[in-house]
Amino acid sequence: MTETLYLCLSIVIMAMVTYLIRMLPLAAVRGKIKSRFVLDFLYYIPYAVLSAMTFPAIFYSTSSFISACVGLLIALVLAFFERGLMTVALASCAGVMVAELIMSFI
Amino acid sequence: MEKTEKRAERYRTGLIDGLPIALGYLSVSFTFGITAVGMGISPLVAILISMTNLTSAGQLAGVGVISAGGGFAEMALSQLVINIRYSLMSLSLSQKLSERYTMPHRLISAFGITDEIFAVASGKEGEIEPRYMYGLITLPYIFWAGGTALGALLGEILPENIKSALGIAIYTMFVAIIIPPAKKSRGVLAVVLGAAALSCVLKYVPIFSGISSGISVIICAVAAAALGALLFPRKESAQ
Repeated sequence: MTETLYLCLSIVIMAMVTYLIRMLPLAAVRGKIKSRFVLDFLYYIPYAVLSAMTFPAIFYSTSSFISACVGLLIALVLAFFERGLMTVALASCAGVMVAELIMSFI
Repeated sequence: MEKTEKRAERYRTGLIDGLPIALGYLSVSFTFGITAVGMGISPLVAILISMTNLTSAGQLAGVGVISAGGGFAEMALSQLVINIRYSLMSLSLSQKLSERYTMPHRLISAFGITDEIFAVASGKEGEIEPRYMYGLITLPYIFWAGGTALGALLGEILPENIKSALGIAIYTMFVAIIIPPAKKSRGVLAVVLGAAALSCVLKYVPIFSGISSGISVIICAVAAAALGALLFPRKESAQ
């Protein structure tokens, strides 16, 4: 299989699965989900997904473990005080830059 | 004539409601573009993925699978687990659609259901009209694709230290999404901590080293969400 074919098929599969998940209930289902477990499971899924994708990947997202920790710490504090996505992201990026700048002098 | 005006009016209302979502998407898709290119994905592929998927976590997991040369079954399964929440949103929205919502409208609108668009649409009073929904989806879609293009193209020319700093942005945005609800709900807190802990175990304990990142996210998410639903049932869902 060529690389182009692999990429095209991957994108098509991604798009199809994601679309079907959104489309099928909207097009077909009229009733309501009764199972409390299923409802709670679906409610918790986004948080579980985001957490599993963030840890431990975040520690490898910059050029050093230490600068990533600085960025994460800033994000945790600002998120705790419920700052917006943009503020949290920009502040953590600035923290990473400063940390790496300081490290380059040590 | 009057009917056309009313439709245009609904579309405009949707556009205006969608603007704040679009601005938020610009920054998230920008970092997605940078992250994807950083993982060895070409800008064109990153843009195509954004234009056909419109979902942050699923797309990030998807480029993870592609950059690792993962199989199609792994790709399908990871998208299914990560994006399954949209089925609940679609289900919920299906109860709110106006009678003008015929099957073709349903098939088209389904593409644009995201966490934020769902939140705005379901918070709107009364029934949802197709034209309103199209208006609501338009700007977030354009900004999502445009932001990805900007991030992917700039990601290739930015200096190394700035790229390194921006690499953390998509993850700290995720942190900003999960921390506030985790403060308020012990269930969410338990799910977040459980998923993070399990994810670290799968990454660092040698016997699990054969598990790819896509599969790991699936295992962690399903296990943590199932435990959360068992141990911390929510009162609101009982109705």
